[in-house]
Amino acid sequence: MTDLLKRIKDGEILVADGAAGTLLVEYGLKSGEPPESFNLTRTDVLEKIAGLYLDSGADIIQANTFGASSLRLSMHSLEDKTEMINRNAVRAARKVVKDRAYIYGSCGPTGKILKPYGDTEPDQVYESFLNQLEILVDEGVDVIFVETMTDLTEATLAVKAAKALSSVPVFATMTFDHTPRGFYTFMGVSVESAARGLEGAGVDGLGSNCGNGIENMIKIAEEYKKHTRLPLVIQSNAGIPKIDGDRIVYPETPEFMSEKAKELISLDVSIIGGCCGTTPAHIREIRRVVDSLS
Amino acid sequence: MDILKEISENLELGDFEKVSLLTKKAIEEKIPVEKILKFGLIGGMDIVGEKYKTHQIFLPDVLMSARAMHAGMDVLKPFFIREGMPNSGKVILGTIQGDLHDIGKNLVGIMLKGAGFEVIDLGTDVSPEKFIETAKKEAAYIIGMSALLTTTMPMMRKVVELLKKEGLEDKVKTIIGGAPVSKDFAQSIGADAYGYDSTDAVESVRKLFNQA
Repeated sequence: MTDLLKRIKDGEILVADGAAGTLLVEYGLKSGEPPESFNLTRTDVLEKIAGLYLDSGADIIQANTFGASSLRLSMHSLEDKTEMINRNAVRAARKVVKDRAYIYGSCGPTGKILKPYGDTEPDQVYESFLNQLEILVDEGVDVIFVETMTDLTEATLAVKAAKALSSVPVFATMTFDHTPRGFYTFMGVSVESAARGLEGAGVDGLGSNCGNGIENMIKIAEEYKKHTRLPLVIQSNAGIPKIDGDRIVYPETPEFMSEKAKELISLDVSIIGGCCGTTPAHIREIRRVVDSLS
Repeated sequence: MDILKEISENLELGDFEKVSLLTKKAIEEKIPVEKILKFGLIGGMDIVGEKYKTHQIFLPDVLMSARAMHAGMDVLKPFFIREGMPNSGKVILGTIQGDLHDIGKNLVGIMLKGAGFEVIDLGTDVSPEKFIETAKKEAAYIIGMSALLTTTMPMMRKVVELLKKEGLEDKVKTIIGGAPVSKDFAQSIGADAYGYDSTDAVESVRKLFNQA
């Protein structure tokens, strides 16, 4: 497969996949179970989800390793299974996509608050990321995807761990809230500081995922553009969920999101994908729009 | 400068060493402990809450201020025990069963303590039965529930239903919060109140106590 970074540098826009959580629940994940538990028991489901997104035209398929750092897994007493959980996720995705798509090794927050604000030592967080990412790299992920970060220190620790391990490209995305004073993560990181901090840590691409529908994501992408020339990665939610009885509904349709994705394309965003609430149908529509405009 | 104002300002800055020192000094100056708590510590935390609400400061600043408040409280505690702890009411807090996210819930706990409430924090993954058992045992008036996962939100309804089943709906009030939770959802499950964020939660809890 052609080098992913080269394709981006040559101006190609790549499409990443969408949400996995909703599909995992549909296939039997129970309330309170970590999604990564399926990496031990139901890799058939992981394969199915990878297949759905591959068929909808995604160039990048995410391994189910968002919460698979040992620190995060320790919340579920699964830290002893860190290696198997990470290996199985990448293998399941690879088995389906072969060389037809790239694989993101997802690396989400540890869920801990670092000193001095919380009680966790930065070294502990670094070790936890290093341990997870070493396995992901060993399994041959194409990109390390540090995502849904709100603490810049934690994000840069993950990026530095990835960079210390290998030359696999690293993308990092943060989750911003829309405040009357602009976009900030809930730990108080602005888009500008995210751009500076992540660039300083050596990322190959950066951007935002989760927390917002696509209209806010366009604004976040515009803000990033002012502060970085690195490739942008935008993976939007299908809006902010609404409650319909006991059901959770994400309001943005595939048509709405793909129409708005045109604005991301005109901002030269390099990777467009989905996050919470997006489905293979959303990714299919985004694929169609990307193909029609490039 | 007025020492209570100084305590409040240093609490805002998150300087726990200074808050601790100044609180000791205030006691030496024979300022009533209740006054130190109300105008120094809680006064400072109220400003922090307001600034957080209006996005002038963020979570890390609140956490530092909370630490400073605890440092001040540690100094005051022996005196409270001697004089009887001023108490605005008891609140049971927890993240609902199936959910392990606790940053928001902890923040609500900090703010409630800052406002003078007694908080009994049951942690995460709390079953409806545990909420109600504890409320009964502690004779608490309020149960506060948090959820981050959309999949665990429906568990909150169970707590409300169980309270009704046991005929406790007038004795124990419920308030819910968390990123996917909304006012509409709170109404739809019959919860008594909703907290949009930690400072809003404190206001709602105050209102519930005032209506009691």
